[in-house]
Amino acid sequence: MAIRSKTFRESYYEDIKLFQTIWIKFWMMLFIIALVAVPFVTDPYLVYIIDISCIATIAALGLNILTGFTGQISLGHAAFLAIGAYTTAIFASTLNMKFWVCLPASGVAAACAGLLVGIPCLRLKGLYLAMATMSFGVVVEYVTVTWEDLTLGVRGISVPTLDVFGYALDSNEKLYYFLVAVTALAVIAATNLVRTRVGRAFIAIRDRDIAAEVMGVNLTRYKVLAFAIGSFYAGVAGGLYAYVMHYIHPDHFTFLLSVQYLAMIIIGGLGSVLGSVFGAVFVTVVPEFIKALAQTMTLVFPALEDKYDDAWNIAAFGLLIMLFLIFEPKGLSGIWLRIKTCFKNWPYTY
Amino acid sequence: MDGGLLFFFQLLVSGVAVGCLYALVALGFVLILKATDILNFAQGEVIMISAFICYFLVTTLHLPFLVAVLITCAAAGLMGILTERLVLRPMLGEPVFAVVMVTIGLSIFLRSMTGILFGHNNLVFPSPFPKETVKMGGIILSQTQIWIMISTLALIIAFFLFFKYSRMGLAMRGTADDQNVAQLMGISVKRVFAMIWAVSFVSAAVAGIFLANVMVINLGLSFVAVSAFPAIILGGLESIPGAIIGGLAIGIIENLAGGYLDQIIGGGVKDVTPFVVLFLILMVRPYGLFGKKEIERV
Repeated sequence: MAIRSKTFRESYYEDIKLFQTIWIKFWMMLFIIALVAVPFVTDPYLVYIIDISCIATIAALGLNILTGFTGQISLGHAAFLAIGAYTTAIFASTLNMKFWVCLPASGVAAACAGLLVGIPCLRLKGLYLAMATMSFGVVVEYVTVTWEDLTLGVRGISVPTLDVFGYALDSNEKLYYFLVAVTALAVIAATNLVRTRVGRAFIAIRDRDIAAEVMGVNLTRYKVLAFAIGSFYAGVAGGLYAYVMHYIHPDHFTFLLSVQYLAMIIIGGLGSVLGSVFGAVFVTVVPEFIKALAQTMTLVFPALEDKYDDAWNIAAFGLLIMLFLIFEPKGLSGIWLRIKTCFKNWPYTY
Repeated sequence: MDGGLLFFFQLLVSGVAVGCLYALVALGFVLILKATDILNFAQGEVIMISAFICYFLVTTLHLPFLVAVLITCAAAGLMGILTERLVLRPMLGEPVFAVVMVTIGLSIFLRSMTGILFGHNNLVFPSPFPKETVKMGGIILSQTQIWIMISTLALIIAFFLFFKYSRMGLAMRGTADDQNVAQLMGISVKRVFAMIWAVSFVSAAVAGIFLANVMVINLGLSFVAVSAFPAIILGGLESIPGAIIGGLAIGIIENLAGGYLDQIIGGGVKDVTPFVVLFLILMVRPYGLFGKKEIERV
């Protein structure tokens, strides 16, 4: 009997297989069952947190495809979310469209904007690209505030309840399954994307664009594609955000949101689908954690009462970004991978 | 002079005053960028924090304005050295993206900590300059604007002399030119980097103190640095004269666009103009007016 080797693969197909071992399939099934069971066993607040984590995950996946896999820094991700959110809001409230029109329309609208930014940004790299995308974000923010005929400016738009084929999703529990399903779809699509020809082209561009071009990767095509896919994800996430929040306002989509998404992919792990999920959940949960911590602290030190506000969360993001970049550049997915390898190779863990 | 022309010149001159501040901010960016290849996104927060410190010194501790300015500059310099040592030095040799993100992380950290420490209220700086306006050939200027122009000019001359004649300035130029050679010549590159961060933060502090006199002090003050990006891009990322000329140009363009287009489109044109200009420059001439065109070798 041959000794089973855990890293030995005979064909390229085996190397890129989605489920490498039967155990991964098993754990996945368990995870899916757990996800389905969540609303029955936990309190509504946790369900709400998972709801927003789902939206964050979709947007973070988009940014990770663009920044983590293709290496194109984007500081304007919030702008694409805004475009998606406003598309859904306007389509659903003014034109009374159904969700299966609104959400794809949000994605397409954001993807078109992505193309618009991507094509001129082809010549730019690194810092220049960061600034160009950032200025795009500022311009979109300005437009959402100023173009009152379309966006109602600072009054914001109310969004009707999400209605799936006649079934109104009017509570967080009901939204939960819908969001989890869309997120699962997004995760599967991203996983499949990065293990195909397109994904390999993206990674080649990130690692060295000139070398990629020499090897026959069409830079123009794939960079623009990365922008379009990344912003499509963001647009869909924006549309979902509009449905979940029932109300959108230009203040929801500031530069800070873009930074938050960057924080997600850095903390989660650049160039990793799993990392995007980790990061999105982590960044969504951290404020709750800090809030709970602040409450416990007030019990111990009563002098600290009422000292907690949103600024602490933002400070924590800043600190987390710095700490992860300095001490753990591979992010949570790197830590996860290390732990996994440790178990896999046990007792030969070194 | 007839009304239209006078209006134009009025906008032009106040544009120069704003441009001077942009030039100072841009100078802070370019100094770091030229020597260390890092674009410091936290520069705006340094501006804001300096304004807050100066306000605190003048109002709470009742120090005279000039003393407060000196202490603020010293504090900013110290902050620069600390930032370099604690945050940026561990990032040596990391990819651009990581370094950019570290400074962004630093910026939002500093901004929210300032919010926690100093509160979110709008503070009004007790201006040390007389309120009377000066009228020159029909153009009305406030004394603050005149002082801004004079101090910027003085600082620029001081910087020029520093880089040209002082030992440290020479070391800085050498390091910016080639780090390895500078090290071989016995220059402590680490110390030079720390000093550059200090000098750059001081330049930001001066801009911050003047901005505090022109605008209200609140957390939004840090946004000025973002508006200075177009200035450094226009000047070509790594050129000090470019930063100054770029700053002046953006100030003038912004003011003219605000003056003429606000009536047509509605308010707020002033705030987005720099970004539209930035986008256009990046499309047409990414290396700016004075930057060198990057040639990529494989």
